[in-house]
Amino acid sequence: MKERLYELKQEALRRIDEAKDVKALNDVRVAYLGKKGPITEVLRGMGALPPGERPKIGALANEVREVIQQALEAKQAKLEQEEVERKLAAEAIDVTLPGRPVRLGNPHPLTRVIEEIEDLFIGMGYTVAEGPEVETDYYNFEALNLPKGHPARDMQDSFYITEEILLRTHTSPMQARTMEKHRGRGPVKIICPGKVYRRDTDDATHSHQFTQIEGLVVDRNIRMSDLKGTLREFARKLFGEGRDIRFRPSFFPFTEPSVEVDVSCFRCEGHGCSVCKGTGWIEILGAGMVHPNVLEMAGFDPKTYTGFAFGMGPERIAMLKYGIDDIRHFYQNDLRFLRQFLRV
Amino acid sequence: MLVSYRWLNEYVDLTGVTAKELANRITKSGIEVERVEALDRGMNGVVIGHVLECEQHPNADKLRKCLVDLGEGEPVQIICGAPNVAKGQKVAVAKVGAVLPGNFKIKRAKLRGEESNGMICSLQELGVEAKVVPKEYADGIFVFPSDAPIGADALEWLGLYDEVLELSLTPNRADCLSMIGVAYEVAAILGREVKLPEAAVSENSEHVRDYISVRVEAPGDNPLYAGRIVKNVQIGPSPLWMQARLMAAGIRPHNNVVDITNYILLEYGQPLHAFDYDRLGSKEIVVRRARTGETIVTLDDVERKLSEEHLVITNGREPVALAGVMGGANSEVRGDTKTVFIEAAYFTSPVIRQAVKDHGLRSEASTRFEKGIDPARTKEALERAAALMAKYAGGEVVGGIVEANAWREEPVVVTVSLERINSVLGTAMTKEEVAAILSNLQFPFTEDNGTFTVHVPSRRRDIAIEEDIIEEVARLYGYDHLPATLPVAEAKPGHLTPYQAKRRRVRRYLEGAGLYQAITYSLTSPDKVARFALETTEPIRLALPMSEERSVLRQSLIPHLLEAASYNRARQVENVALYEIGSVYLSKGENVQPAEKERLAGVITGLWHTHLWQGEKKAADFYVAKGILDGLFSLLGVDHRIAYRPAKRADLHPGRTADIWLDGTVIGFVGQLHPATQKEWDLKETYVFELALAELLNAESEAIRYEPIPRFPSVVRDIALVVDENVEAGALKQAIAEAGKPLVKDVSLFDVYQGDRLPDGKKSIAFSLRYYDPERTLTDEEVAAVHERVLAAVEKQFGAVLRG
Repeated sequence: MKERLYELKQEALRRIDEAKDVKALNDVRVAYLGKKGPITEVLRGMGALPPGERPKIGALANEVREVIQQALEAKQAKLEQEEVERKLAAEAIDVTLPGRPVRLGNPHPLTRVIEEIEDLFIGMGYTVAEGPEVETDYYNFEALNLPKGHPARDMQDSFYITEEILLRTHTSPMQARTMEKHRGRGPVKIICPGKVYRRDTDDATHSHQFTQIEGLVVDRNIRMSDLKGTLREFARKLFGEGRDIRFRPSFFPFTEPSVEVDVSCFRCEGHGCSVCKGTGWIEILGAGMVHPNVLEMAGFDPKTYTGFAFGMGPERIAMLKYGIDDIRHFYQNDLRFLRQFLRV
Repeated sequence: MLVSYRWLNEYVDLTGVTAKELANRITKSGIEVERVEALDRGMNGVVIGHVLECEQHPNADKLRKCLVDLGEGEPVQIICGAPNVAKGQKVAVAKVGAVLPGNFKIKRAKLRGEESNGMICSLQELGVEAKVVPKEYADGIFVFPSDAPIGADALEWLGLYDEVLELSLTPNRADCLSMIGVAYEVAAILGREVKLPEAAVSENSEHVRDYISVRVEAPGDNPLYAGRIVKNVQIGPSPLWMQARLMAAGIRPHNNVVDITNYILLEYGQPLHAFDYDRLGSKEIVVRRARTGETIVTLDDVERKLSEEHLVITNGREPVALAGVMGGANSEVRGDTKTVFIEAAYFTSPVIRQAVKDHGLRSEASTRFEKGIDPARTKEALERAAALMAKYAGGEVVGGIVEANAWREEPVVVTVSLERINSVLGTAMTKEEVAAILSNLQFPFTEDNGTFTVHVPSRRRDIAIEEDIIEEVARLYGYDHLPATLPVAEAKPGHLTPYQAKRRRVRRYLEGAGLYQAITYSLTSPDKVARFALETTEPIRLALPMSEERSVLRQSLIPHLLEAASYNRARQVENVALYEIGSVYLSKGENVQPAEKERLAGVITGLWHTHLWQGEKKAADFYVAKGILDGLFSLLGVDHRIAYRPAKRADLHPGRTADIWLDGTVIGFVGQLHPATQKEWDLKETYVFELALAELLNAESEAIRYEPIPRFPSVVRDIALVVDENVEAGALKQAIAEAGKPLVKDVSLFDVYQGDRLPDGKKSIAFSLRYYDPERTLTDEEVAAVHERVLAAVEKQFGAVLRG
C-alpha cells in the first residue's frame, strides 16, 4: 500500500509537471484528489490493514495528498502568470509612434525680450509704466528739451496727425508724464516698454513701427556712476555674467551728459566677430543724465534732484540674441518664424 | 564731415598720432568717426608724365597713340582712350608694374596691334569719387598744371597720400563742421595747441562803399551781413593742393573764386557766396523776406517760386540769391568775371531750414546755417577769403568791409563747482584734473575755492549750462574711468500693476491654448480701418502718410491678423492660430489725443487638431474659438457673468456669430468670417474674435475661497429634451439650473440630435444633472421631486418634452 501511495505521488507530480494549461491541471486535480480518486481509494482499502498499520498509512496518504495539493497550487500560479504574460505580450504597442500632439503657441520674440527686460528691472525695484502711442508734440518733443525748430528734430522724422498730435517717435514722453505724476517728489524708478513710430521706409534694418524700452530713475543724489552700474547689471543679466559695458559720449537733447552704451560681444567674448563687426563691442543703448530742463519742465528741482534715463530697442536686442537678420520678420507674423520662439 | 588728416595737421600738430589712433581718440571723446579711409587705396607707380606726341591710333577710332616722357629713360608709347588727351599735357601715368585701386596691376600690353607701356589715368581710375571730379575732367583724363614736374609722384601731387576721417556729428556739435572746429576738438583731446590760419589782407586805396552798400530789412533772419569787393580777378583753376583738399572733403572743384569760398567754408565753417559784381545789376544789396509770387533761377538753373517764408539777397529790385542756400544764376561767377563781391553772412537757422524744406535743396552752406554757425568768425573768414583771392586769383582787394551788423555777442559764462561735477558723475576728480581739461578745451576760466567760472567761446554754441560743462569734463576725463555703482536709496520692491500681471496671464493662457502671438502694424488703409471694429469713430489720419496702405490708425486688430493668416496661407502654412493684444485708436475730436483701447483679437483657420495615425483630424470651428474664450473667462473669474448671444455683424457669417456680453455690455464677439470676406483675404473657413481687453481685465473677480470637498455622494440624472429647433441650448441650460436650485449643482450638455428619429423642426438636447446636498445623502424621492420640477419648468418655458 505504501508503494502504491509513492507511485501515485510520483505519477501525479509528473502529470502536474506535464500539464500545459489550467484545464489540464484541473483534470489532474480531479483525477488524483477527487472523491473517486486513487488516494481516496487507498484510504478506503485501509480496513484490510492491520490496526497498527492504519495510522501510518493514513498519515502517509495525507502527506501525499498535501504534496500533490501544493504542487497543483504552485503549477496553477505559474500557469496564471504565464497567461498574464502572454496577454500583455499580445498587447504590446510601438512606443515610437507619435504621441497625441498638445497644441502649444508661444509669445512673439519681442514680447519675450520685453518681458525678460521688465522682469530684470522689476527685480531691481522698478515699476512698469505705459503711456499713449498717439502723443502731443509737447510730451514727445518740447518736454524733452526739443523745442519747435530744434535741429535734433531732424533726427526723427515723425508721423504727425495734426500740428500738435503725432505718433510718438520714442518712449521718452513717458519720462515727462511719469515725473509730472510724481509732482516734484522722488524717487521715480520706471521702465516703459511700448510701440513707437517713425517715418522710415520698411527694409531689412528699418521699420516704420518698432518698440522701445525707456528707463528713468530720478532721486536725490543719482550719479552717472549709478547709470553705469545699473546698465552693467542689466547687461550681465541679459547677456551673461561675463559681460562688460562701455560708455561712448553722444548727444540726446533730453540727457546731459549723454552716452551710447556698448556691451562686450557675447558671441566672441570681445575678441571680434561678425556679430560685433570685429570691434568686440555691440551698441545696445542710449543713455544719460536727465537734462535739467527736462527735470524742471516736469516739476522737479534740478538743484535737488538728479536722474538718469536710458532707452533701448527690443528689436535690436532680439536680433542680436537670436541672430535674426531682418527687422521685417517681427511684423510679418510668418508662423515659420514665430514658432521658433517656443523654448523657455 | 570729412576730415583730411594732412590738412588737419596744419592746425594741430599730429606728430606721433596715426589717423587710426586719432579716430579712436576722437570717437572715445564724443564724436563718432565712422571710418578712416586711405586715399591712396594701395596705389603705387603713378607718375606725372609729359605727352610729347599724340596721334590717332591706326586701327581704332577711339584710341590715341601717345609718346609720353616719364622723366626717366626714353619716352614710352602709351595707348589712351580718353577723348581729351592731347600733346603737351602733363598727365598721371600708371607705369608698367604700377598698382591701381582694387589691386589692378598695369602690364605692358598690345592694343589693336600697338604697344602700350602704361596707362594715362583719369581721377576716377585713381580712386577719386566721380561726383567730386572737376567737370572738365569728368569724362577723361586729369591734366596737371603745366609747371608740374615730369616724373614726380602723381599721387603726392594729387594729395592722395592722405587719410580721411569721416565724422558722424550729432546736431549739437555743429562746431566740428569746420577744420578749425575739429582742430580745437583734437587739440583738447591731445592736449596740444591750435594754429589758426593767416587772414591778413592787403587792400588797395579805394573804398568798398564806392562800390556797394548793404541794407538788411530782416535782421532777425540775418543779424550780420558783411562783404568785400575783390577786383581784377582772373578766373582759372585753383591751386592743385586746394582742389585736392576740396575733393578729399567731398566737394567738386570749379574755379579759383568758387573753390576759395568752399575752402573757407570747410576751414571756418562759414559759408560764403561770391557774386559777379558787374552782373549784380545795382550797387546795393538788400536782404529781405521774399514776396509771394517772386521767383529766382538758382545756380542749378531751376526756377524756384518764393514766398514770405524765404529769405533772399536782392539787388534792391530782384533776388540774386536764396539766402544761405544757393546763389542766383543771374549773378554767378563765370569765366569772364572781373570783379567779385564776397558775401559773408550769418543767417539764422529757422528761415534757412524752411527754404531747404520747401525747395528740397540741401547744400554744404545751408547745412551749416541750419545747425548754427559762429558769427564771431564770420568777418575773419571774409578776410581770409579776400586774402586767398588776392593770392590765387590775382585779385586786388578793395579797401574796407561793407556790413550791416545787428549781432551782439553775448558772453556765455557758466559756473560749476568741483563738488557738483563729482556728485553728478560719481567721480573723485581733483581741481587740477578739471582745470587741465578746461585748459585743453581752451575755455578761459577762473577757479575760486573749487568753483570754476568758465567763459565759453562762441564757437561752442552747444554749451550754456552747468551740465554742459560737466559733460565736457566727463567725456575728456574718459567714461572708462567712471566707477560703476548702484543708486543708493530705500529698497522698494518693483512690481507689475494688477492689469499688467493679468495681461501676462492672459498671454500665457492663450499660448498654452495653442495660439501664437502676433504683432501687426497700427497703421492701416482707410478701407480696412473700421472693419470688424467693436466701436468706430472718424478715422485718425496721418497728415503726411508714406502710403495709403499705412495712412490711418486701426480701429480693430482683425484686418491685419487676417492679412497675417493670408500671408501664411500663401506660403503653404495653412493651419493658422494667432492672437494679438494691441491698441485701437478712436478719435475724440480733432487736435486731441484719441482714446487708445487695448483689444485682444484672434484668428483661427485650417486644422485645429491632427493626429492622423489614430484617425483624429479636427478642423477649427466656431466651438474651438468659443472654447478658448470660455477658458479665458474662467481664468479671469467672469465666466458666470458672460453670455453669448447670436449677432449679425458685417464681414461675419450671419448664422455663426455671437456677441459676447459681460453683465449688461457687449465686450466682444466671436464668429466665422463671411464667405465673401474669406474670399477677399484669400482664406478658407476662418474664425475670428475680438474683445475689449480693459473691460475684461478690470472686471472685478471674486477672491478664491475654498469650498469643502463633497462628503456625501451626489446623484446624477440624465435627461434628453425634445424642443423646437430654434430653442437655444444656452437658454435651456440656464432654465434647468435655475429650476433645479439649490440641489442641482452642475448641468452639462452632452448630446444634441436632430434627424430622422425626430419630427421635422425638432431637436433633442441631452443634459446630465448632478444633484448634491453638502449636509447629507439625498434620497431618490428628493431627487425625483426636483427632477419633476425641472421638467415642468422647461416644459412651461420651452415646450420641452422628455425624449421617449
